[in-house]
Amino acid sequence: MTDASMDNPPPARARSLRQADANTRRRNAAEKRFRAYGMVAILTGLFFLTVLFVSIIRSGAPAFTRTVVNVEFTLTQDQMDAAESELFKTKAYSNLFIAALQGKLEERGMSVEFDEAAIERLLGKVGGTLRAHYKEFPDDVGKPVPFELAASSRVDGYYKGRVNRETLQDSRFLQLSDLDLVDALEEAQIIKQAFSWTFITGADSGVDNPGGAGIGAAVVGSFFMMLVVLVLSLPIGVAASIYLEEFAPQNRFTDLIEVNISNLAAVPSIVFGILGLAVFIQFMHLPQSAPLVGGLVLSLMTLPTIIISTRASLKAVPPSIRDAALGVGASKMQAVFHHVLPLAAPGILTGTIIGLAQALGETAPLLLIGMVGFVARGYPDGFVAGFTEPNSAMPAQIYTWAARADASFYEKAWGGIIILLAFLLTMNIIAIILRRRFERRW
Amino acid sequence: MNDMTVMDSTVEAQRTKMAAQNVNVYYGDTHAIKDVNVEIEDKTVTAFIGPSGCGKSTFLRCLNRMNDTIDICRVTGDILLEGEDIYDKRVDPVQLRAQVGMVFQKPNPFPKSIYDNVAYGPRIHGLAKNKADLDEIVERSLRRGAIWDEVKDRLQSPGTGLSGGQQQRLCIARAVATEPEVLLMDEPCSALDPIATAQVEELIDELRESYSVVIVTHSMQQAARVSQKTAFFHLGNLVEFGPTGQIFTNPEDPRTESYITGRIG
Ligand SMILES: Nc1ncnc2c1ncn2[C@@H]1O[C@H](COP(=O)(O)OP(=O)(O)O)[C@@H](O)[C@H]1O
Ligand SMILES: [Mg+2]
Repeated sequence: MTDASMDNPPPARARSLRQADANTRRRNAAEKRFRAYGMVAILTGLFFLTVLFVSIIRSGAPAFTRTVVNVEFTLTQDQMDAAESELFKTKAYSNLFIAALQGKLEERGMSVEFDEAAIERLLGKVGGTLRAHYKEFPDDVGKPVPFELAASSRVDGYYKGRVNRETLQDSRFLQLSDLDLVDALEEAQIIKQAFSWTFITGADSGVDNPGGAGIGAAVVGSFFMMLVVLVLSLPIGVAASIYLEEFAPQNRFTDLIEVNISNLAAVPSIVFGILGLAVFIQFMHLPQSAPLVGGLVLSLMTLPTIIISTRASLKAVPPSIRDAALGVGASKMQAVFHHVLPLAAPGILTGTIIGLAQALGETAPLLLIGMVGFVARGYPDGFVAGFTEPNSAMPAQIYTWAARADASFYEKAWGGIIILLAFLLTMNIIAIILRRRFERRW
Repeated sequence: MNDMTVMDSTVEAQRTKMAAQNVNVYYGDTHAIKDVNVEIEDKTVTAFIGPSGCGKSTFLRCLNRMNDTIDICRVTGDILLEGEDIYDKRVDPVQLRAQVGMVFQKPNPFPKSIYDNVAYGPRIHGLAKNKADLDEIVERSLRRGAIWDEVKDRLQSPGTGLSGGQQQRLCIARAVATEPEVLLMDEPCSALDPIATAQVEELIDELRESYSVVIVTHSMQQAARVSQKTAFFHLGNLVEFGPTGQIFTNPEDPRTESYITGRIG
């Protein structure tokens, strides 16, 4: 700095900083465009996600409700004795029920003509249900008992818009006149929608009984499969990764293994399915359609994913931590297990969850080991049976339903997808909580 | 270079702690250390100086066999610790490293509490019989690391939350906690500010009373300030080795002179 510069005003700058030059403008414009692309990409993604969720929920929600008729019914001892002395006992009970129902309607000043056949089309064999109830609980005789009777799937469809008056053709399942009765019952608030626990807890039903179909057994099947996958692929995958990453010498052989693992991650799942069929069922004679076999097959599929992500997270641990541990005289194994592995744990967990989520949604390999289209009768009773008894899995169950002709099964398929997503979400939340736990240890 | 104050401490002859004899190190085909002979004395600070890439770190890492972790690294020659060859087949490098501790260029505390950082070594070597014992070792080590007063109230907070200088002193405390005989330091101050550097240098001078310290540094002033013996490396050769005062005031080799006067670097 010379004195002169302090006396004279500084010479005018050739270019003002306040004015962006052409190059800067171009750069800024490029950045703006790039940000716009990013925004558009995210908005598009969000849009499709929203559409997906809205359509899943709209199509799937009806699966969670069912149409029921709520009637308070009182049976006197005399009525019971009379009915029991008849030849067609359940018919007598039916008639008592019809009388009660007509009474209810008349209380509200409505009179609708209907016969026993109509009631059977609406509610199935009511007489049998009632008789069975009073046989089981004789104490209920003489008391008002609230009955909740499930309406047939056609009536359910009428409520959910699958069946309407214009397209309905009289059949032995439902007639146009029945709909008048349904409307009247609705006006009297006797028939209504109720939450369907059967769907959540039940097992699949036959093709002709969509009302009784539930996804519960498939949820149990999937759960047991995920247990097998977790118990097998996490320890094996992590151990393999630690060996490859920390201990194995770098040579042709380990290179070959590495390439193969990467390739395995990209093998179509149906290949694993046929492998599972050949090895586990035909060669090892493990039970068919069992979650144990499904879990084994899915473990094969999940292993490469877990190995790849575990190796990546081990690699991401700074080498200085290993040096630090070795520097104070820790053995290699101590360095890995005391320092490297805890730091890699969040990444390993993320990889495991991604692997499990993939496995959870996998249908193709289950096709080959017979877990599709199988109707689990009742739940596997007991822990061991859960692994070895034939069962289905959620995606397989959804696939089965979607393939059936009856439109109400289609609705069940969507409902099943909601449950599947909820299962997935639960898994992810558990993973996030666990990861937080690990990360809090710095 | 007239600001260079060479320590005037009379260098009394100490017994030899470690000795390297005809050591060669190869990284694959690269010949990184060429036929080096050096004697490291007990209760002395020995400085390795030399231009970047001349093999100082490589040679230092031979002294506790940290080079074993590098697949392509090959060491020939003998390195003796108190007369025993540390590259002997029967020597377990893990056991050796507990005796020859190391402090690294970048402070690398474990992502654990300050207490656990220091306690880790004693724990895995079973140096403490009980919790009180361990507490005592931790306190003694942190005091030796000249960081006790700064951290004594927050032993359970993470070591990674300390400042760079504090982290490095924590790492020194961690290294001395296993009661090593030799302490190797690879440019321990290169990531530190001048004040933290001064603290660490002061600490090194104190450590000399109990340990044999080997420090790699690219700062000649630092070598002059803290060391009694200096070794000058150049392109993998040990060019000159002698009392620090002599190396800095009266170097024998022209390369040493060029380096300390700033012509190679
Ligand atoms: N892990 C390694 N693999 C291959 N070459 C290495 C490795 N570490 C160091 N080298 C080489 O060895 C030589 C000495 O390096 P280094 O000991 O780190 O030097 P300095 O610490 O003196 O700067 C350099 O030429 C360097 O490229
Ligand atoms: Mg170095």
